[in-house]
Amino acid sequence: MKIVIIGNGIAGTNAARYIRKYSEHEIIMISNESDFPFSRTALMYVYMGHLKFDHTKLYEDWFWEKNRIQRKKGWVSKIDPGKKNIHFSDNSSLEYDKLIIATGSKSNKFGWPGQDLNGVQGLYHLQDLESMDALSKDIKRAVIVGGGLIGIEMAEMFHSRHIPVTFLVRENSFWDNILPLDESEMVNKEIIEHGIDLRLNEELKEIHASGSGKVKGITTNKGEYIEAQFVGLTVGVSPNIDFIKESGIEIKKGILVNQFLATSIQDIYAIGDCAEIITPLPGRKPIEAIWYTGRMMGQTVAHTICKSPLPYNPGTWFNSAKFFNIEYQVYGDISAKAADSISSLYWEHSDAKKSIRINYHKEEKQVTGFNLMGIRYRHEVCEKWIQSKATIESVLQNLSLANFDPEFFDEYEQDLIAAYNKISGKKIHLQTKRKLDLVTRFLNKVKSIA
Amino acid sequence: MSSTISMSPAYQGHSLTLQQKLSGSLVGIALLILLVYWITNGVTNNAIWLWTSIGLSVIGSIWYTISTYGDKPIGIKNDANWFSALTSRGIGAWILGIFLTGFYVLLYWYPSMLGQGENGAANTGLVKLFDPLSLALKGAVASQWFVYGTLYTLIIILMGIKFIYKYRHNRYQVVRTISVIFFQTAIAFILPEIMQSLNQPYNDFKNIWPLNYYFFFDYHIDELIKNGVFGYFILFWGILSFLVIAPVLTYFFGKRWYCSWVCGCGGLAETAGDPFRHLSDKSLKAWKIERWLIYSVLAFVTIMTIAVLVTRFTGFANLFIFSSYDLSKWYGFFIGAIFSGVVGVGFYPIMGSRVWCRFGCPMAAYLGIWQKKKSKFRITTNGGQCISCGNCSTYCEMGIDVKAYAQQGQDIVRASCVGCGICSAVCPRGVLRLENGSVDMDMRAEAKRVIHIKESEIGIL
Repeated sequence: MKIVIIGNGIAGTNAARYIRKYSEHEIIMISNESDFPFSRTALMYVYMGHLKFDHTKLYEDWFWEKNRIQRKKGWVSKIDPGKKNIHFSDNSSLEYDKLIIATGSKSNKFGWPGQDLNGVQGLYHLQDLESMDALSKDIKRAVIVGGGLIGIEMAEMFHSRHIPVTFLVRENSFWDNILPLDESEMVNKEIIEHGIDLRLNEELKEIHASGSGKVKGITTNKGEYIEAQFVGLTVGVSPNIDFIKESGIEIKKGILVNQFLATSIQDIYAIGDCAEIITPLPGRKPIEAIWYTGRMMGQTVAHTICKSPLPYNPGTWFNSAKFFNIEYQVYGDISAKAADSISSLYWEHSDAKKSIRINYHKEEKQVTGFNLMGIRYRHEVCEKWIQSKATIESVLQNLSLANFDPEFFDEYEQDLIAAYNKISGKKIHLQTKRKLDLVTRFLNKVKSIA
Repeated sequence: MSSTISMSPAYQGHSLTLQQKLSGSLVGIALLILLVYWITNGVTNNAIWLWTSIGLSVIGSIWYTISTYGDKPIGIKNDANWFSALTSRGIGAWILGIFLTGFYVLLYWYPSMLGQGENGAANTGLVKLFDPLSLALKGAVASQWFVYGTLYTLIIILMGIKFIYKYRHNRYQVVRTISVIFFQTAIAFILPEIMQSLNQPYNDFKNIWPLNYYFFFDYHIDELIKNGVFGYFILFWGILSFLVIAPVLTYFFGKRWYCSWVCGCGGLAETAGDPFRHLSDKSLKAWKIERWLIYSVLAFVTIMTIAVLVTRFTGFANLFIFSSYDLSKWYGFFIGAIFSGVVGVGFYPIMGSRVWCRFGCPMAAYLGIWQKKKSKFRITTNGGQCISCGNCSTYCEMGIDVKAYAQQGQDIVRASCVGCGICSAVCPRGVLRLENGSVDMDMRAEAKRVIHIKESEIGIL
């Protein structure tokens, strides 16, 4: 069987890897972006000089040949499900038995005047990075539009090269549709501390061109003109599916897929950012354009194609990011505004760079989510507490099991417990120490400990 | 689209700030004093030059440290590492590499060119400059090794302070670096000098066989025995360190207790070598070369030492076909001098800071075997949070492809890991943690597993 994968992002790559683990099928992975799969989320570090591009490759170059995963460079222009083949922009074509579409996202643009000028761009593809780098030497000031993860990454990138940044965030506070207000405000402070000109409640109105078709400045919705030689449009991404439209595959915002990640047409699957799940699991969104879901979808579709149909189940939500120097981890359900039935236990360090939040049901007391800023918690421990519906008090008593900070770091579990005792009038004590064997026992990874 | 994209770091602000230039100049003047004193063969015989040089290097480097990291928010400071000529194998790196290599060549084979007085003659040049310090410490004039030890210690202290300030948000790094500074300064430098001033044999108590390859040499054993009880204690301590202390500590903490907390070679690599840690080769090929080389050196030192002991106790000059004398001579030349010194430090700016530790050190090989086969130490991976960015692998000075494990959610147990903890520090998603579990061996490493879907649903990969 010949399996063709369009796209070599994490979803496509993981699909290829697991297909090879499960089978001896022929695998052809197509990309026009890069010869070798790389970590998209690491592009910022290449610009900042932390890494070279080669370091972001997912595997060494020999990996693909050794595992008989063919890489093909090309731009797919059309899919012909009737003939079971795909067409390339150079008019060549390729037949498939199974087709996996993993074409990822493209950066949003919302019809601003001047949005196609030279010096106006998003940051998603490798080519975006190259263009950012090529433009950088002439940038006296960059304006970034859109307060999300890519926006703050871009701000950090320019900051590393001492390029002044004005950061327009439409919302009242950074990423406040995802982060609770305390955490969001912590990030605001971090952005400002790095010398970024953060403008909350401000939007882009118009981008102005210089004589040579380059950007020379912008006007905000408040009428202010800001001179800038670069405008970063980081107002989200949407599925990269323009070439699908003629194929007859059902699409909405993304490519519609069922729980097995199959599209409306036999033998064609879609995974990663470009897939839109018709009936998402409770609490999940139809399109989740994040690294981890792409990776899991790749694994799931490989199982469905090679072994037996496996419904996509990403499990308990998790995600992470880094806002300048503040690491962020989330496990479970943390909404910007917690529902009325949810209590939120929050502790923040006096340095305003670390915090712990645990959400739990007001009545049943079971924990529903963990939100960490500047502190690391163990994924599997938090997940197990959430899935097993552990109560807030049992979690607090054993909270050290979750601590994943390096050795000798201050541990703040006592502070969180003190905060809980204060609001509840209880006298909870920490009953476990931070020890790996206790963790492995808790996770049932070992039957008995000698 | 080429897959070898490279960034053009031509951007404003990349050059040094005024404060960095001024503070750097102080260190430059300090070095200039050494140079002038050296090439003029020490025309003036005044301790003031030595203290001026040391003083300027201390003030200059601490000022440089503060001006580099002081006005920035705490956090990882890897910006522009791959743009700077010094830290990305540019012209500055080659100049430094050649300079260091040249210094080691003079140190090992042409000490008289450094001013070492031979056949009882008085010191001149650079060595003479250090006479006052040597006289103060042990009542004898300096040797090239005293000069080397002093500079080595000073660099570990000053670059250690820089490292601590750079990583001041990370207490593991701070504590670890205080430890290597302490062991170098107190145990490797000052204590042996004091012992010599008390007419006791020179001994660095943390320099353990097989790193200390001459420990069982005839002349060394003779010297120890000659010194009575204290000499016997040193002999006993050396054997105990190798046979008991090293395995036991490695069992509990991994080899990091030695390689990145105590060892002098490790101390220099972790401090002066830190700006070059990302230059290590992470490829599978390099790992293969590493295993061949390091275990060959371990075999070499073992055979050589057995031969030397056989000769001592039986009087036979040979072990099988090997002449003990030749073996020890060649080991000293190829491994002791060329590999650990000239290549080990001279190649910092080109191959990274742990060339010797990774490819050559027999002590690292020995501890590595314990670490891999019998230790509680491992690096654990935090569930599915890895984004495969590559920071961990890039900044692993030992060239371990940490990402290859982390992106599969697998724990990391590798003989070569020195437990410096930088992979964990640079990880932008909080994925890696150095751990000492209380379960051993088979339970140390998470078997390869699917990232999220339960093994029971899918089966082990």
